[in-house]
Amino acid sequence: MKNGFGIFLAAFVALAASWCGFVLAPEKQLGGATETAVLNSSDTYPLQRPGDAALGLQVYRANGCAACHTEQVRQDGIVASVVLVKPGKNPEAVTNLMSTLKLAGLSKEDADAAAAKIKTAGGAAEVHIAATGPDIARGWGMRQSVAVDYLYDDVVQPGNLRAGPDLANIGVREPDANWQLTHLYAPAGVVKGSPMPPFRYLFELRKIGDAPSPDALRFAAGYSLPAGYEVIPTPEAKELAAYLLSLRANAPLHSAPISP
Amino acid sequence: MSVNEKTDNHPGGSSVPASGLVSSLGPTPDASLRLPLLALFGGAALWLVAGSALALIASIKFHAPDFLADDPLLTYGRVQPAADDALLYGFCLPAGLGVTLWLLAHLGRTPIRGAVVPLVAANLWHVGVFIGILSILGGDSTGFRWLEFPRAGSVVLFFAYLLLALWATMNFAGRRERLLYPSHWFLVAALFWFPWIYSTANLFLVAWPVRGIVQFVINSWFANNLLLIWPGLVGIGTAFYFLPKFAGRPLRSYYLALYAFWTLILFGSWCGIPPGAPVPAWLPAASSFAALLTLVPVIAVGLVMVQTLRGGEKAAFAGGPFCFIRFGLGSFLLATLMLIVTECPGMSRVTAFTWFGPAQTGLQLLGFFAMTVFGAIYYLLPRVVGFEWPFPKLVRAQFWFSAAGIVLFVVPLAVGGLVQGTKLSRPEIAFLDAVGAMLPFLRASTTGLLLLFIGNLLFAANIFGLTLVWKWSLLKPALAAGRAAFQSAEVKA
Repeated sequence: MKNGFGIFLAAFVALAASWCGFVLAPEKQLGGATETAVLNSSDTYPLQRPGDAALGLQVYRANGCAACHTEQVRQDGIVASVVLVKPGKNPEAVTNLMSTLKLAGLSKEDADAAAAKIKTAGGAAEVHIAATGPDIARGWGMRQSVAVDYLYDDVVQPGNLRAGPDLANIGVREPDANWQLTHLYAPAGVVKGSPMPPFRYLFELRKIGDAPSPDALRFAAGYSLPAGYEVIPTPEAKELAAYLLSLRANAPLHSAPISP
Repeated sequence: MSVNEKTDNHPGGSSVPASGLVSSLGPTPDASLRLPLLALFGGAALWLVAGSALALIASIKFHAPDFLADDPLLTYGRVQPAADDALLYGFCLPAGLGVTLWLLAHLGRTPIRGAVVPLVAANLWHVGVFIGILSILGGDSTGFRWLEFPRAGSVVLFFAYLLLALWATMNFAGRRERLLYPSHWFLVAALFWFPWIYSTANLFLVAWPVRGIVQFVINSWFANNLLLIWPGLVGIGTAFYFLPKFAGRPLRSYYLALYAFWTLILFGSWCGIPPGAPVPAWLPAASSFAALLTLVPVIAVGLVMVQTLRGGEKAAFAGGPFCFIRFGLGSFLLATLMLIVTECPGMSRVTAFTWFGPAQTGLQLLGFFAMTVFGAIYYLLPRVVGFEWPFPKLVRAQFWFSAAGIVLFVVPLAVGGLVQGTKLSRPEIAFLDAVGAMLPFLRASTTGLLLLFIGNLLFAANIFGLTLVWKWSLLKPALAAGRAAFQSAEVKA
């Protein structure tokens, strides 16, 4: 390159190419995405998060929860199995046929083929699909996370480090608001050995007045507060808990089929 | 092209700046750069110290979750991004811009005109970083990785950068020495790179946010260009200026360097979308392919380094700047290889979501970029100011503190990340056991951060010591004149 304009041109070409690839094209492909149908159901997915949960997303952002937690489940693949629904008019023949077939640990195609054979024998079978992989085995979700899971979130924070567990389905795993709140207040008091820092600044520790507040946290046995004190969540804590409870990315979708 | 002649802009090409010599050989660009560079490097040194202090606080929280837990300003999720941004926006970008200004002015043998503009822009930049860091600590982070500064900070940064880049470009366009040197390509491309990626990210993510997962794709694209390409261009451009100078022989070779430049910007800018991300499959596939091709610039840069240094007269430059820049280039090769590993679909099953990622970023920013820039600053700032470093022994000490700190920070996190990843991929191992297995490695990395903090203090001591020496030299004649006037007034009385 002999002159300065050449450098400018080289940089422009390279950067414009990657800009078109990773900014423009994804926006064209996904920017207009809409809700999608839930498999075998008339529901659509995802739903807007309720108001307090949407506010809770901003508490999640402001306190940098994504520095330690991901919100994306991965799967290695799927495994299909065949389940008999109706033996039909000739149950003996169907049972005999099924004893010769492999019914579990199949690929989708093999399972469909087996189900078709059962159907020709007069029975009715269903193909069940389950996702596989370490995340799934840990119970972090029933399927992998897909693009549409994040449709209504602003800011989208899938995270990049698992210093703590994945939260994509924390609302399914721990559906109790009191559990979420006590865990935020005293993580190690709820999950023994948890290295998560406590978020006591989202709560108020105060003397019990004439009567205990209905809002006060109910701690599990083994965790004790100073006598005569109770812990009241601030509005931010309640919103954050509502957001965590709203994290339920497990609807079966065309892009991530599973059998519920 | 005659590279030797061009790399030898300094009389004698020696490493010893002689303040008397400079003025006797006609105007060099050095004097014109004094104020902007002191402002850029002074603020950068402050952010470097502040950033490593914040990183240390964040790291201690893993051993003592209760440490500073009751202050929302100092919760881990705010301190960690603040530490990262203080390092990247507070130190790397302004220090890199300062080195770029100096290199362009020297390669083109042209003083900066209207130095007050880059001086103002430098201070504006540091004000922008200050606003940004305070906003993160106050809970106003945008939530996007490496783009955490909210509007108030990012607008200031953007305009400060534009001013600095404009002045650097004008100096480049009006250069007296028209021949282009390989460093030119890298530095000029970097000047142009940042405004594009920073405005794209801020417009599409903060000002008028795109919907859903596209945010994550654009964020990943931005972070990759900000962490791999910009520092890569500035750091390698700087190293390609200094390597021949230290070795006393031309860069080997011009075409290999050109090849490294082209392949880095063409392939490197497509990395960054992790395999398995919840996006259409073609995106991570394109990224993995680009990461594989990024091996080409890594090999090219490695070859340039080896061939230029082999048989060179290293002895003359042992210690000081040379050590820093050699360490920096070595880290670049290793950090980019680590990046390629994390983008390779098979390996990413183990490295994804583990501490291997932060180890890679640490090696890229601290091991490669910061060390290269330290070396350049140790070389150029005495020439610019016209005085020797006030604490020359601390230069060597800083090298060892920083080098040991980087090794102790990066190696345990990388190894621990692999251990963590292996355990996470075996669901029969409880999650908390995988977390617990990480603790000894985190402890070692905290020690590394402590050494880095000390090294950064030594760097800041020399920068501010030099600034004070220079200010005192300005003040001394004025004081003497004042005293003389006072005495003569006394005599008269």
